[in-house]
Amino acid sequence: MTQIENVSRRKFLQGAFGAGAFVLAVRHARFIPSILAQGAPLDWQSEADRAAFHPNLFVGIQPDGTVYIIAHRSEMGTVIRTSLPLVLADELDADWKRVKIDQGIGDKRYGDQNTDGSQSVRRFFTTMRECGATARLMLLQAAAARWNVPAAECSTELHVVVHKASGRRLAYGDLAADASHLPVPKKEDLQLKKPADWRYIGKGAKSVDLENLCTGKAVFGMDARMEGMVYASIEHPPVFGGKVKTVDDQETLKVAGVRQTVSIDPFKPPAAFQPLGGVAVIADNTWAAFQGRKKLKITWDNGPNETYDSAEYKKELRETSHKPGKVIRSVGDSDKTFPTENVVEADYYVPLLAHTPMEPLVALAEFKDGKVTAWAPTQNPQAVQAIVSSQLGIAKEDVVCHVTFLGGGFGRKSKPDYVAEAAVLSKKLGRPVKVVWKREDDVQFDYYNAVAAMYMKAAVDEKGKPTAWLQRSVFPPISSIFDVTQVYGDPPHLAQGWTDLPYDLPSIRIENGPAQAHVRIGWLRSVANIYHGFAVQCFTDELAHRAHRDPVEYQLDLIGPPRTLDFTGVTYPNYGADYKTYPWETGRLRGVIESVAEKSGWAKKKNGKGHGFGFAAHRSFLTYVATVVEVEISDDGTIRIPRVDTAVDAGIVVNPEALRAQFEGAAVFGTSIVRTGEITAKNGIIQQSNFNDYPVARIHEAPAHTNVYITESSAPPAGVGEPGVPPFVAAFCNAIFAATGKRVRDLPLSSNGNFD
Amino acid sequence: MIKLKVNGIDRSFDGDPDMPLLWYVRDILALTGTKFGCGMALCGACTVHKNGQAIRSCVTPMSSAANSEIRTIEDLGANGLHPVQKAWMELNVPQCGYCQSGQIMQAASLLKGTPHPTDNEIDEAMAGNICRCGTYQRIRQAIKLAAGKTA
Ligand code: FES
Ligand code: FES
Repeated sequence: MTQIENVSRRKFLQGAFGAGAFVLAVRHARFIPSILAQGAPLDWQSEADRAAFHPNLFVGIQPDGTVYIIAHRSEMGTVIRTSLPLVLADELDADWKRVKIDQGIGDKRYGDQNTDGSQSVRRFFTTMRECGATARLMLLQAAAARWNVPAAECSTELHVVVHKASGRRLAYGDLAADASHLPVPKKEDLQLKKPADWRYIGKGAKSVDLENLCTGKAVFGMDARMEGMVYASIEHPPVFGGKVKTVDDQETLKVAGVRQTVSIDPFKPPAAFQPLGGVAVIADNTWAAFQGRKKLKITWDNGPNETYDSAEYKKELRETSHKPGKVIRSVGDSDKTFPTENVVEADYYVPLLAHTPMEPLVALAEFKDGKVTAWAPTQNPQAVQAIVSSQLGIAKEDVVCHVTFLGGGFGRKSKPDYVAEAAVLSKKLGRPVKVVWKREDDVQFDYYNAVAAMYMKAAVDEKGKPTAWLQRSVFPPISSIFDVTQVYGDPPHLAQGWTDLPYDLPSIRIENGPAQAHVRIGWLRSVANIYHGFAVQCFTDELAHRAHRDPVEYQLDLIGPPRTLDFTGVTYPNYGADYKTYPWETGRLRGVIESVAEKSGWAKKKNGKGHGFGFAAHRSFLTYVATVVEVEISDDGTIRIPRVDTAVDAGIVVNPEALRAQFEGAAVFGTSIVRTGEITAKNGIIQQSNFNDYPVARIHEAPAHTNVYITESSAPPAGVGEPGVPPFVAAFCNAIFAATGKRVRDLPLSSNGNFD
Repeated sequence: MIKLKVNGIDRSFDGDPDMPLLWYVRDILALTGTKFGCGMALCGACTVHKNGQAIRSCVTPMSSAANSEIRTIEDLGANGLHPVQKAWMELNVPQCGYCQSGQIMQAASLLKGTPHPTDNEIDEAMAGNICRCGTYQRIRQAIKLAAGKTA
């Protein structure tokens, strides 16, 4: 666990803070400014950057009262740079207006920094509270000593310690120097606030970066600049695992602004986060590099994935999904023969999906004196350190990764292949290199969300309720990027809305079949929950309609009474969270279902021709969500989404406004998945390239209004970035059925021909 | 030699006249508020004003920017925040923020010509600007909030 120590006493202050400052560190951290002067060269060689001792600080207090709090997770739009420091500030009783946020570099001493899995708040909520409470207690002790009164007689108000009996007050800044000499109290001596006393937690705050994001001043990876840098654009092997055979760069070198071309070695399997290889065009500006690439004449050795055809592959997955697979979980007598009477079956399919964050992949790196300094929009700066260190044969500690703002991430920017490219090129060229991916590169060389086929089967009684349930999924696993022999779903991803089917049925059998990957597979916002939630929630809707029952009431019937799901004997990783702290409680799922039904006026909704309402509920990333989607479909097939209602139980919510924004965004993200999300391949080559052939939802296609209802809860905090996507996808498809009588079993709509 | 004004400053450019304005502004002038998203006039991230009109700088060659007045996000609120920016902040529009320079430039241009746009007019004007984070609902509200407040 986290060790808190008073680094002031160890003279960790020089460079970052003035003398007399009170600095509390959780392990060791480094201190760097995150918002760089717009247009100015990055301050990559500053004292703070290069300090021989770089105190890795979560909080520091200056004699002038300024409180510095480190944001060690990446900002890609979830407002985490605000929400997590807010937790610390709350326990510190700090005045938020006097808090400054600084972005931490990649450093394992912070603990996990991979900003994915919707886990920033839940993993660091307690750490942040303890850091704040520790600082507060030490300030309090410093004041008590100054006044020569027992600490127990002192308390804190906003940014001050007070001694009520004598009416004396001392500001935090005035106590910083004294506090820096005190020993750090033990965890047991800390008194965390009661929830009723929270100032900020639960109320939230606006993003500290709001103005910079609205004025063009925020520095994204795309905006990083460094003295003497050159620009690189890379022609990657068009087929995954391919290699360069021959290169003719004569015409490229004639392009004004192009300096040279550089080959990058192909990766050695497994691909993991290694560069894909190819030919880089080095130029004086981005445009020249792009132009130079057009003139390259390269022949490729495509390798075995040359035969990959996504249409054929779909058939293979479906066939596999019809054969017995590995049993993941079994309830009741599911291993006996399945009933043959009153059986309902359905096949569902979700294709490969690309992330397309608004900011294409980009990274700036400089290799100098055996060390690398990188500036990157990365979700995982420690993974940057790891891959750069292994690619260049240097120590991880010799890789400094500064985290810029991310122009979206959605999981793509957890995989730092693009940062490794910049580092590899910088080493070859002996100068800073900025690698810029075109949108076409981003679409064609993604780590795609897995294509998946789901086979669903139920035998139902006279009331239409299942007496036996079988579900089997087949998808190339993410683990294949780390081990090419992996073909079965790995437990963490099977657990995403599949293993944990929450239905109270006498017989359940959950299976998974094998699939070989032919492209890089990776995490995308809500990951396997997308296809698992789609299949389970749409199939449930099918059964409800078949039974002439209300889908909400029917689902509540299947979920059964409030209880904690029992996974004894089942591998259920629960998103890496302790099951005792974060049990799967059907009562909480029922709660959001009842809430969304009430708030949306579900009981009074009437489906008509071209107008329908769909419902779905799903737990992911430890958060319970239920969603109702309204659709209008005109005679020409144009689909509108006038309204979405979504109820969320995410436990304690630090920043409700940020939660609402995430669920609004998730509905738009889900709209893209359902309408047009599809990556296909022919001869191993990805067929899509930009927003013309991989369209994402635009303003008139997105839900006009998403209402978000937050359940008040004292349960520990859970995820908010991803859980909105899966129930939206299913509810949208169920709404289309309600409006048209047509079932959407293969995504996206654009591949069905029925809808535009 | 191409002459133009960028954010009120006279500039001249003697490079490749085919170079899109986007890369001139970003790489050469270091005005990085204007973003690259697609390079094909598909996403609107690169939106700037040319003689007061919103254009996609990624497909505007320098040759066609000659003798024009270009304004980028950096200069939109030259005299304090523009009403669109204020509305964006009031309603917490940005998530990642990467698309927002383009959205704001597009919205400012819409409101200049149509001070009180209807939902349909907003859809039409903003349909070329993608927000992958999905802030459209707030963009619409913010445009309405800013409506009538722009000069
Ligand atoms: S970058 Fe110009 S429209 Fe996308
Ligand atoms: S705010 Fe992220 S793309 Fe619009």
